[in-house]
Amino acid sequence: MKYDFLKVPTSLGNHDNNRPGTNHMSNSLSTHRTRRFRWQDRIFRGATRVFAFIVLALLVGILASLIIGSMPAIHKFGFGFLIDDSWNPVTEKFGALVPIYGTLVTSIIALLIGVPLSFGIAVFLTELSPKWLKRPLGIAIELLAGIPSIIYGMWGLFVFAPLFAEHVQPWLIDKLGPLPVLGPLFQGAPMGIGMLTAGLILALMVVPFIASVMRDVFEIVPPLLKESAYGLGATTWEVVWNIVLPYTKIGVVGSIMLGLGRALGETMAITFVIGNAHQLSTSLMMPGNTISSALANEFTEADGKLYTSALIELGLILFFITFVVLALSKLLLLQLGKHEGKKS
Amino acid sequence: MILGAGWTFSAPALASEITGAGATFPYPIYAKWAEAYKAKTGIRLNYQSIGSGGGIKQIKAKTVDFGASDMPLKPEALEKDGLMQFPTVVGGVVPVINLHGLAAGTIRLNGAVLADIFLGKIRKWNDPAIASLNKGVRLPASSITVVHRSDGSGTTFIFTNYLAKVSPEWKVKVGNDTSVAWPAGVGGKGNEGVASFVQRIQGSIGYVEYAYAKQNKIPYALMQNKDGVFVAPEANAFKAAAAGADWQHAPGFYEILTNEPGKASWPITGATFILMHKVQSKPATGKEVLSFFDWAYTNGDEMALSLDYVPLPGSVTKIIAHAWKTQIKDTNGKTIW
Repeated sequence: MKYDFLKVPTSLGNHDNNRPGTNHMSNSLSTHRTRRFRWQDRIFRGATRVFAFIVLALLVGILASLIIGSMPAIHKFGFGFLIDDSWNPVTEKFGALVPIYGTLVTSIIALLIGVPLSFGIAVFLTELSPKWLKRPLGIAIELLAGIPSIIYGMWGLFVFAPLFAEHVQPWLIDKLGPLPVLGPLFQGAPMGIGMLTAGLILALMVVPFIASVMRDVFEIVPPLLKESAYGLGATTWEVVWNIVLPYTKIGVVGSIMLGLGRALGETMAITFVIGNAHQLSTSLMMPGNTISSALANEFTEADGKLYTSALIELGLILFFITFVVLALSKLLLLQLGKHEGKKS
Repeated sequence: MILGAGWTFSAPALASEITGAGATFPYPIYAKWAEAYKAKTGIRLNYQSIGSGGGIKQIKAKTVDFGASDMPLKPEALEKDGLMQFPTVVGGVVPVINLHGLAAGTIRLNGAVLADIFLGKIRKWNDPAIASLNKGVRLPASSITVVHRSDGSGTTFIFTNYLAKVSPEWKVKVGNDTSVAWPAGVGGKGNEGVASFVQRIQGSIGYVEYAYAKQNKIPYALMQNKDGVFVAPEANAFKAAAAGADWQHAPGFYEILTNEPGKASWPITGATFILMHKVQSKPATGKEVLSFFDWAYTNGDEMALSLDYVPLPGSVTKIIAHAWKTQIKDTNGKTIW
């Protein structure tokens, strides 16, 4: 099956040499005209190359300006910046531990909830949904992806947080708070805002992205494979688990990474509901902070070189976190690729 | 007719434009003044509310005719950049409370207790320190959630300035700035962020700009002022604080109106400031800026009050006009006012 995909690029690559029709027509075409074609080709190739390099130049430029901007903070705090939980604009002592922790925790919550939810949505849409429902549901998910994040934030603050504080959080604190290992995560006062709320809102925000990509990749699974499995007596679950997922694993990992990327960088919605406090607490009920919401909150009024520079260094750290996540997903795909073609 | 219309259109086009940038807190009143001033004189004010920090940066870089800041610059800082500053309007910062539907003005607080609440030392509403100030009020045993600003703000500057004046512990542990390391609580973005958290969280206390508390009818606390009187946050109480200040002897008008004496003074008051270069390379434009504020001082009081800002008393604007005359010069050292 894989070779079907591979054939397309190879034939494209050979286009120059065996362009259909060229051989027939070469006699009737003047050498002048072929030369013009060659020139056009060269210009076209050059232009596309320039466009591609603009991306690279932008990336290097952003990285360079982030590094230059954060130099004063790097000099002052060194690697201690990463593990210091203080953030004091008055004495100009800054550390990134609280925002890094908040960024990672909210993103993990978002994925823990968002991925299974999206998987369910995608499976229902491709395998189980009646035909007449497919289209409206699919469009609804795509519309969700188009809602600006500030709307999620306002909805989270004005609608979700009060309900959550009144009906869900007291139960969580009562029932899960006393548990031995998980307990500390669910202790505290039911304020409605905090890291758990931020994670839940983020989960809602990443679902449309993950679900729509998953649905698209599930749809490319050849019906032949699925029908064969059904013919052998497989259940829907077995078809999804043994046929659809192995066939689409690259796309599925890609969709999760897309969602993670959105979760890591999300700013406005988080700022509304996370509580924006530079405090490190084990409880998910307590307010925290993320890198992007710290930047959104504090950049405009940051006076003093060190303060601005510490904020820019936070940006640099987010850049590295995103880079590491991308690298890890590539590694994961390589690992998966190794087992390709082996009998499982 | 058509010719006549042409004339009236060309007149404003000839007139100059003055530009300013800075604090967001006074933006509504500057915009209102500017509109009325343009109708009268045809001179347009272009004010960009980019934040106090931005305003200070812009006036230092001379990209605007004046900067605006909620936080006065220290006289040394003014001297270093050749700037002068003067106050325009006064505002107050108000502690707002959400405590089981208690009405505005039910709870009485003083500076020391407020500081201890924001330090996280007083954690329950029925703490003896609060109870002793509120005899006869049934205080619940619920915990206190502190709400503060998450963004840098002139409001925070005034509020922490007051806390640092009344609590030695606050001064040492936290200090006074546009953003500080809060020992407790949750942060809301902007006045609206703090207000919505306070309205949503039972047992919470926060601080917002007076106009914001008034327009949204959020229950406030009475504060005990320096003279020991419990006062409500009202225009007259801010005015009393502004009048009590010794502007005459404050170099560079560096005067923060917190904890001012006077029986009627609201203790958490602050003015918002305009920054200008002492040496005006374009004296004509500089004079236009001063004319605008002079006009606002004499004609803008009603407009300010309608938006819940407190205009400066006449005694203060006289001192300001004198400072313009003696401090703002053109490049030849000649006074422009």
